[in-house]
This record gives sequence, C-alpha cells and structure tokens, in this order.
Amino acid sequence: MSNVAMKAERSQTAHEVIESKEFKHLVSLRWKVSMILLALLFTSYYGYILLVATAKDFVSQKIGEVTTLAIPLGVAAIVIAWVLTAFYVAWANKAYDPEVERLKGQLKH
Amino acid sequence: MLHPGAIAQLLLGQVAPAAPAPMETTLGKPTAASIGFFFAIVLVTLVITYFAAKKTKTSSEFYAAGRSVSALQNGFALAGDYMSAASFLGISGMVALKGYDGMIYATGWLVGWPALMFLVAEPLRNLGKFTFADVVAFRLRQRPVRIAAAIGGILTVLFYTIAQMVGSGSLIQLMFGLKYEYAEIIVGAVMLAYVLFGGMLATTWVQIIKAGLLLVGVTLLTGLVMSRFGWSPVELYTQVVAKHGEGALQPGGIVASPLEAVSLGLALMFGLLGLPHILMRFYTVPDAKAARKSVLYATGLIGYFYVIIPIVGFGASVLVGREFVTQMDKGGNMAAPLLAELLGGTAFLGFIAAVAFATILAVVAGLTLAGASAYSHDIYVSVIKGGHATEEEQVKAAKIATVIFGVVAVALGILFKGQNVAFMVGLAFAIAASANFPALLMSIIWKRFTTQGAVWSILVGAFSSCTMILLSKTVWVDVLKFEQAVFPMKNPAIFSMTAAFAVGIVVSLLAPEKEAQEKFEVEKLRTYLGVGAE
Repeated sequence: MSNVAMKAERSQTAHEVIESKEFKHLVSLRWKVSMILLALLFTSYYGYILLVATAKDFVSQKIGEVTTLAIPLGVAAIVIAWVLTAFYVAWANKAYDPEVERLKGQLKH
Repeated sequence: MLHPGAIAQLLLGQVAPAAPAPMETTLGKPTAASIGFFFAIVLVTLVITYFAAKKTKTSSEFYAAGRSVSALQNGFALAGDYMSAASFLGISGMVALKGYDGMIYATGWLVGWPALMFLVAEPLRNLGKFTFADVVAFRLRQRPVRIAAAIGGILTVLFYTIAQMVGSGSLIQLMFGLKYEYAEIIVGAVMLAYVLFGGMLATTWVQIIKAGLLLVGVTLLTGLVMSRFGWSPVELYTQVVAKHGEGALQPGGIVASPLEAVSLGLALMFGLLGLPHILMRFYTVPDAKAARKSVLYATGLIGYFYVIIPIVGFGASVLVGREFVTQMDKGGNMAAPLLAELLGGTAFLGFIAAVAFATILAVVAGLTLAGASAYSHDIYVSVIKGGHATEEEQVKAAKIATVIFGVVAVALGILFKGQNVAFMVGLAFAIAASANFPALLMSIIWKRFTTQGAVWSILVGAFSSCTMILLSKTVWVDVLKFEQAVFPMKNPAIFSMTAAFAVGIVVSLLAPEKEAQEKFEVEKLRTYLGVGAE
C-alpha cells in the first residue's frame, strides 16, 4: 500500500475522533476518576467536620498525655486533601496524557 | 477572609483586663527594621514591575503574562494569591485565642483546591482565553452570559476587595502606626503601579515573592517556637493546657450546628472555584497539563502553611499570653507579630510586618486585575465591541478599567473605615460558590445547559446569597443593628448554591438550545484534548 494511502487510513476527522470509542472511554474515565476522588475528599472533609460537630466528646478524648484525638484528625484532613490531588496528577500523567497524545496524533491535520 | 475578630469579640464578651505585659513591644511604632524591610520589598517588586512592563504590550501579556508562567511558578502565585494577611494573622490569632477551633477553621480553607483540580482546572484552561466568563459563555450566546458572568465576578471581587482594603488599613495602622487614610492611599498607589505597568506578569512575580517570604517567615517562626518547647509538640500542648485548660485542644463553639458547619464548608470549598482572581491565573500557564501541576504545587504549599500555622498560634498563647494579644488587638491579629518580636527581636517583627504588608499589596493587585478584566475583556471587548477590538484597544481598555477599579478600591476602603466588614469575605465566597461556580461547572459538563439557564443561575445565585447574608445575624444585627436576624444561618451557601443549580437545570430543560448542544459536542476536542486551546 502506498504511503499516502496508509496515512489517510490512520487520520480521522474531528467528528470521527469525538464519536470514537476510545475518546468516549477517555472522557468517561476521566470523570469517573474525578468523581471517586471528589467523593473521597467529601468523606474526608465533611466527615471530619460532622464528627467534630456532633461527637465532641469522642474527638476530645486523649490519645497521649494531653493530646486530643482532634489534633491528628485535623492534620490528617489536610494531608489527605493533598494526597488526593497527588493521586490525580499521577493518574493523569500515567494514563490520561499518553492517551490524549495518541488521539491527537490520529486527527487529520 | 472571615475575620475571627468578629467571632472572638462575640465569644470573649469583653475586652480582656490589662495584665502585666510579658514583653516590651515596638508594635504600633515604625522601627528601622520594619521600614527597612518594607522599602526593600516595595523596591524589589517595583524593579520587577519595570522589567515586566517591557514585556507587557499585548492583551495576552497584560491578562495572562503571555502564557509564560511555569507550573511551579504558578503554584507559588496561586498560593500567594490565596494566603492573605488575614489568613496568616487571623488564623494564628484564632488558634491563640480559641485553641483548636482555629485548626478546624484552617482545614476548610484548603479543601477547595482538590475540588478545583478534579472539576475545573484543566477544562478551564482549555476552553478559556483570559477569564472564567470565557468558559461559561463558550458555546452559549455571548452577550447575556458575558454580562451575567461579569456581574457575578465583579460582585465577588468587589466585596473581597473592600474587606482586604479595610483590613489592610487597620493592620498597617496597628503595626506601623501609619494613619489609616495614608495606608489606603499607599496600598492603592503601589498596587496600581504593579498592575498598570506590569500587568499579570508583574502581579504573578509579586505573588511568587510574597508567597516565598510568607512561607519562610512562618517556617522560621514555627521553628523558633518549637525550639522553645524542646522540639516536642506534646510539650507545647502540655503548656497550652496548663495555661488555658483542656478546652484549648478541644472543638469549641465554631461548629455549634452541623448544618452551619457544612454550609460554611461548602462556601469555602466551592467558593474557591468561583473566585475570578484565582481562576484567572490558570491562563498564565502554557497548557492544561501545567495548570494541573500548578494546582498540585499550590495545594502542597497551602497545606503546609495551614498545618504549621496552629503551632504559631499555640506558641503565642503560651509565650505571649492571651491577655497581651487581645490588648494589642481584640481580634487576636497581633498574635503572630508579637510572637515574632518575642522570639526574634525587633528585626524579625519588622520582617513579619513587612511581609504582611506585601501580602496585602499582592492580593489587592490580583483582585484589581480580575475586576478590571471582567469589565474590559468580558464587557467592553465581547459585548460592547462585539468581539472585534484591536490589540491596542483591548490593552487600553484594560488599563483604564484598572485605574478606575484601583481608585474605587481606595475610595471604598476609606468609606468603610472602622466598619465591621469581616462578613464581606464570607459574602464574596458565598457569591462565588452560588453565582459563579454552578454556571461554570454546568457549562463544562452538561450538554443541555442553555444561555437562559446560565443567566438565571448566576443571577439567582448572586441575589440569593446576597439577600440571605444581608438578612443574617452578621449584617442585619451586627452591622445594621436590628433586633433579630431574619435569616437564621450565617452561611447561606447550602441554600443559594442549591438554588443556583436548580434554577440552571430547570430553565435549561424548559427551553432547549440546539445550537449550544451541537457546539458542546464539537468543543469536546478542545475540552479534553486541548485542541485549539489558546
């Protein structure tokens, strides 16, 4: 097969890419990951807030000589928030970006 | 930033009786150190502005620094834009006076950043050009949506700016002994210089420097505190409890009602996704990938900041003492500076005071740029000129809008002198969460979103949040002096945000807009692959 014909076979129009299975999968995967991480964020933060608001005695119990459980919980809420962003970036670098490059490569110029 | 001063005043009931001071303080008088550091910072930032001015000729350079900012630089700039003086002084003050409650409050300020990453950061960068209104209006009819989005944006920025200007005036008066009005004018003049001549490039570098200085200063302060307690947090906590009782390490009155707590959390979390001056920064990086990374860096820096700030607060409560802190300022805002003076002498206090001042300058500059761009880019270029304006016209409009906004900011700061404007930051966040965020999100992810849906969502969100806050205790009773609050909650976000989403959805479904739906499909390449992004 000639070079030109091979090239034409591989490249697609914008419309074709949008309708393609791979693109749709990419979009739905991206939102799935976002929603899961958002749910984890919600659980971590609002869980912490509701715990502190409704279970003051539980949270005020001592885990050391004077340190209350509340303190590490508060720090954990912040750290977890950052860890979730790190997860997202790691996933995006590993799984999302390469696929984006591949799909962009398929586009007819 | 919601001033803990208001909360502290309410809960403390009265001004603390004067106790013998644990230290001599130079607070309130200009010292060689504070003036020296102040001039050094202003000089460095003005030099940067000079160099930035040479590179700020086109609209892309004025609004978006020519898209030349790296992810790490933007991470610092975002963090800088977000960590205001009130954050630093207010939260450390709150921890000093109220103990653990300050930590609860601090957490809420961070959690918007992951949400920003998951929902908005990349599509925002891909779909827009200079402002978030670009994204909301992308596939809808430009005029009505641009106007509505500009209203939402300007309202948010306006209230935030008044709070910052008033807060900064009192802060500078408190720390340097400089007259309020002069402080306002100096802040206005310097920050106008940054924005007018150096545009986004200058303000970005001012933010980066300020963020760096702030983090170094707070780290040093934390280190000095810890060294006084044998590098053991447990020792610090033991002393806190010894001096103030076990309540200092337990949640107190801040989370009185779960509904209030959740509503406040929603405003803080989603308000961030509607703050125009933060969202604007995403257009300064080259692409969506860099936008994503900059959020990661910003989150790390801000998270670090909010983890160590409580140590400063606790340290102040033990080493400086609550009475002395409240003596200097009822709201507790002087806890950190006093601690700096106690542990590091006048020089360190001078440094911290100058950094607080730089912080104010930087934030107000960012707000001014955001407010000016809402008018010049969204309304003037897109609506008045129908999208057809030459580069020269665009930059000229931007600069005129900047000057107007700057002058208005100073005037309002002076007008509101002495007023309790703490509620205005909460209001700004509530408007951002209710007017700006829902429309932005629905425009990105929902095919059936229509022009009318966007307009009504924004207007309902803005109107409901403003009204509910006006009728709440913070304004109706504390500021307007009526007997009883009409609206029972302090933070209406849970209602106003829901209303904005509901209205947007219902109105969109009632009158489908075929063109918008078709464009939604076509724009997917740009949203997710960045094809055609500016």
